Order: sequence, then structure tokens, then C-alpha cells
Amino acid sequence: MNIIVCIKQVPDTAEIKINPETNTLMREGVPSIINPFDLHALEAAVRIKEDLGARVTALTMGPPQAESSLREAISMGADDAVLLSDRAFAGSDTWATSYALAGAIRKLGADIVFCGKQAIDGDTAQVGPETAEFLDIPHVSYVRNIEWIRDNTIRVQRLMDEGYDVVESPLPVLLTVVKELNQPRMPSLKGKMAAKKAQIRMMGKADIEADEDSLGLKGSPTKVKSIFAPETKAGRMMIEGGPEEQVDILIKELRKIKCL
Amino acid sequence: MDYFLDEEQLMIRDLARQIADEKIVPVRAELDEKEEFPWDIMKALAQSDFFGLYIPEEYGGLGKGGFELSIAIEELSRACLGVSTSYAANALGTYPILLFGSEEQKKKYLPDIASGRRLVAFALTEANAGSDAAGVQTTARLEGEEYVLNGTKQWITNGGEAEIYTVIAITDRAKGARGASAFIVEKGTPGFTFGKKENKMGIRASSTRELIFEDCRIPKENLIGRQGMGFIVAMKTLDKSRTGVGAQGVGVAQGAFEAAVNFAKERRQFGAPVISFQAVQHMLADMATQIEAARALVYSVARYIDSGARDVSKESAMAKLFATDVAMKVTVDAVQVMGGSGYMREYPVEKMMRDAKILQIYEGTNQIQRNIIGQSLIKETAKKRQGG
Repeated sequence: MNIIVCIKQVPDTAEIKINPETNTLMREGVPSIINPFDLHALEAAVRIKEDLGARVTALTMGPPQAESSLREAISMGADDAVLLSDRAFAGSDTWATSYALAGAIRKLGADIVFCGKQAIDGDTAQVGPETAEFLDIPHVSYVRNIEWIRDNTIRVQRLMDEGYDVVESPLPVLLTVVKELNQPRMPSLKGKMAAKKAQIRMMGKADIEADEDSLGLKGSPTKVKSIFAPETKAGRMMIEGGPEEQVDILIKELRKIKCL
Repeated sequence: MDYFLDEEQLMIRDLARQIADEKIVPVRAELDEKEEFPWDIMKALAQSDFFGLYIPEEYGGLGKGGFELSIAIEELSRACLGVSTSYAANALGTYPILLFGSEEQKKKYLPDIASGRRLVAFALTEANAGSDAAGVQTTARLEGEEYVLNGTKQWITNGGEAEIYTVIAITDRAKGARGASAFIVEKGTPGFTFGKKENKMGIRASSTRELIFEDCRIPKENLIGRQGMGFIVAMKTLDKSRTGVGAQGVGVAQGAFEAAVNFAKERRQFGAPVISFQAVQHMLADMATQIEAARALVYSVARYIDSGARDVSKESAMAKLFATDVAMKVTVDAVQVMGGSGYMREYPVEKMMRDAKILQIYEGTNQIQRNIIGQSLIKETAKKRQGG
């Protein structure tokens, strides 16, 4: 079985600041990490490899420095890694990104494609499902448990607002995963040593036989009109004082609005 | 200070530190309070290949030496000595097989040990045998194709949790020290049970139990080395593992020191952070200097042993003795620097102080270490006299 895990290198938002004038992220000097949801995707893939046997390939689209994320993925159990990088991809929105990723996945071939449910920098949750559409394969989003894989079929649980759905799909399939799925492992020493020596496979626009007009800024229908911080909701109240005092006030206020 | 670690050694240190910070620090107080064996952490260490660090690659390990093991132990000890004891006791239990085991024994046991699938424990101490290893009462009698073990081992680290035990027992009492032999006993062997779990002052996350052998029959092939080699196996094992105890001392001292410095920067008295007072600065300066000296000695001895040096008893005893005395002093001083806060369970240093005490006691008390060093000195002068 071939499994591809799509990962994204993102700025560590725990340490990020917003430029107050442009309202954009100030990425300079901020450490880069693998998008946390993608670590759960990678862990799921590695566990399938351990249970059933599979070849796990980490795939990312990004600038050359995204290579470090791919090496990290290898240290956590990926067998190999592909960096999809080309100047022509610059300025891609989720549509153009998904288009390019789908091109790469088609070339590489996969029975299961894993993505994190969303990236913590853009938070759109679009790239996974869009990639499945470009590949013309089914997808299940928000996967919180993988029940079984057999006879070219997979059964998973999809997290819903209340409870979950049980979904069966034929392979190949694309899954986006939530953090409830598993606890990502630490890297291993053998993995880290392998990661250091690993050859990262490079792919560019020529390798994915892309339509030039569908790439990068040109292929991106999303136009950002303006970026602003949403107004904070009114009607909030901060309770202060010692724990007992706070509880008293809280009970009084909850009674006032008939919650108690 | 920069000890010029190579790229892979840095990788080992950084990953051990990451596991310590992310997996151990958040739970160490609870593990201590509940005396809970740290299985989750052992599994994380296994998954990250730490159990195979010092085991040759042909048996599934990473083929590194005692130096790399010391680096890993130091980082884990910086967070929790109870956890690092559970980890380091594996190496102690594995050395008899690694140093004296047959090819068949190595093939059978080392891959499982390297992967962390099975923990190991070393069993020498008894009610009447500890510092005096010749006092071992547990016997092993050869009957046909089997050895029959009888006796009780005491205070065995990883007892009950480990699945593989390397056990020293007497095969011929008439021969004295040459009458002991080393054996591999697997958990689950009929006649092999566990006694009570000890309630300890420190390293409470680690498991310390009695091993009870009542007509416990093991295959003859489980003898390590030859019959009568038991004490040599035990002594060479301890020579190898002592620097690891030294590394534990460096680690716990470093952890306590860092907590004390951070506290001293935050805590204000007389209108200034207490670190600005010379009395506190001098304590911290002594602590930092002692830790660095201990680390330098432990690293040097570990590298010396890895170079293949033949007789390392004196050097390994020095590393253990010095670094663990430093650990005791530094952890006590860390509590002092932090004053009332240091004494409270809310802060980690009182636990570090309780934990550190065992380092002066186990794997040979520091008095025994001085004996070993003293005896080596006598041997050396005798040699010199002969030569000159």
C-alpha cells in the first residue's frame, strides 16, 4: 500500500506577531514547524505502515527551506519525501495549491492520502477536500478514528459537532484528520539519522504536467480584498476575586440570565 | 561548556532533552506522589530508540557507547531521577549479557531489549549481601539440563516490571567468590515471584522489589559465561554502569541548579532579586563549578571506557563518587537558595534532593567507591615497586 501524507511548513503561531499596519503575519525570525494537524496525519500513516505494511511518503509544496519539515517527517517514520517546489507556484491560493498537489499525487500514486484537517496559518481546511476533487477520488474529512482497512475499503469515524459518523469508502481515498485521532510520536534516533542522509525528491511544474494558467497567482481565483481584525464581542464580563468569591458571582450572574 | 559532541551525540542529547521536557517534566511530581512506574515514558523512550543506544547494530541497537548512554541518562535525570533510574537499570541488567553472554543468548535477548519490548533488571543485592557481594545466599543447583534457583533478592530496581533478569547466585559455596555464577531468568518462570514493592524516600517512580526464587527451574543454557564467573560478571558490569550513575548525578544537579537560578532571578527581597546578593551568588557559583567539574570527569571517564581500556574500576568509581556527592550537595543547596519555596512540593527541588540521596548509596555506596579507588592505588604502587 502507498500512503502519501501532505504536510505544510507553517510559522509557529505560538510565537507569532501581527503587523498592525498590514494585518498580516510577521514571519521574519519566527521558527517554522510542521502544521500540528499534519503530525496526526503522519502518525496515522506510520501506524498503518506498522500494522499492515505500507510505504509512507511525505509530500509538501513550498519553498526550498520546506525541506527541513520533510526531514522531520522522515525522522518520525516516513519512508521518503517529495518537495514540490517551483517559482511558478508562488502566490498559490488553496485552489492552485490543491491543483499542484493533486498533480504530484497522481504522478506518485497513492492508495490513501492523509492531510491535517487544516493549517494553523490559514485555517481554511480547503486544501484536503479540494485535492481529492482534483484527483477525482472520495474524501472523508475530520477523521477521528480509523476502524479498519481491508478488501480495498476503509472504515473511519468522522467527527461531527455532536458525536460522529461511521463512513466506509473504497480506496484510493483522501482523509483529513483531527487531533483526536492519535498522539503523534516523538522522532526516533534511527529516524533522525536516516533523515539526515535521506534524499529528498524534488518535483517542479514540469514533473506534474500542469496547465501553466492553473498555477500560482495566475491560477488562484481567491483575491484578498482586505485583512482586518474582527471586532471583539461585546457583553463580556471578567470575574475577579478569590475562588469562593468568583463562584458566588458566577452563580448569581448565571441565575440572572436564567441558566441556573 | 562545549564538550565537542559530534552531530549524532548532539542529536541524542537534544532528543533526550525534548522527551524530558515534553513527557517527563509535566508528570514527574505525580509519578513521585503516586509511586507510579513510568510506562508511558518508557514507551516513548522505546519508540525513539533509546533502549538500543549502547547495543550493537547487529542486534537491533544503534551501536553507540557508554558515553552516548551517559548523555541520554544525564538529560533524563535533569527532569526526573525516578524515570532515569528505570531507564538506566536496563543497561545495568543488560551488560552481563552484552559482556559475557553467548552468541545464542545475545541473539535471543538483545533485539527485544534494544527495541524496548522487554525491560531488564540486574539482581545482586540480598539481605546479607550488598557491599559485601560474597555474602550472596541465593543458590543455583545443576540438576540434569536445568539449574534450580532458591533464595531472595532484595531492592531490585525494575523488579516486577522487567521481563528479563540477570541474577547472581551461588553454584559452589566451597569456592567462595569463585563459586558464584550469573544467570538469565525470565519473568513467568514457575517458582519465580515478586515480593513487596518498597516505599522509598526518593526515585519513587522507579520500582524496587524483592525477587523470590523457590525451586525455580531454568534451562542450563541460561548460565551467563561459565560457572564460577558470577563475581567477575557482576564487577565488570558495575565498572561499566557506574559512569551512568555519575551522569545521573550531573543531570539531577543541573536540573536543581537551573530551578534555583530561575527562582533567584524572580524572587525579590530587600527591594532586589535575591540573585543580586553576593551570598546567593557565591552559592550558585559553587554549584555551577561543581556541576561542570563533575560533568567533565564523567564525560572523560565514559570516553576512556569506550576507548576499550581494560581496567576501569578506579576511574569509573571516581566518576560515580564525585558526581553523586556533587549531586547531593547541589540539590541541598538548591533547596537552600529557594528557601521556604524550595522546601515545598510545589517546586521540584525538594524531590530532587530526596532523589539524589540514592545516588550515594546504590551501585556501590560512595564508601565502597573509595575502597575501590584505594585498592587500585595500592595495586598501582605495588606494580611501580616491582617495575622500578
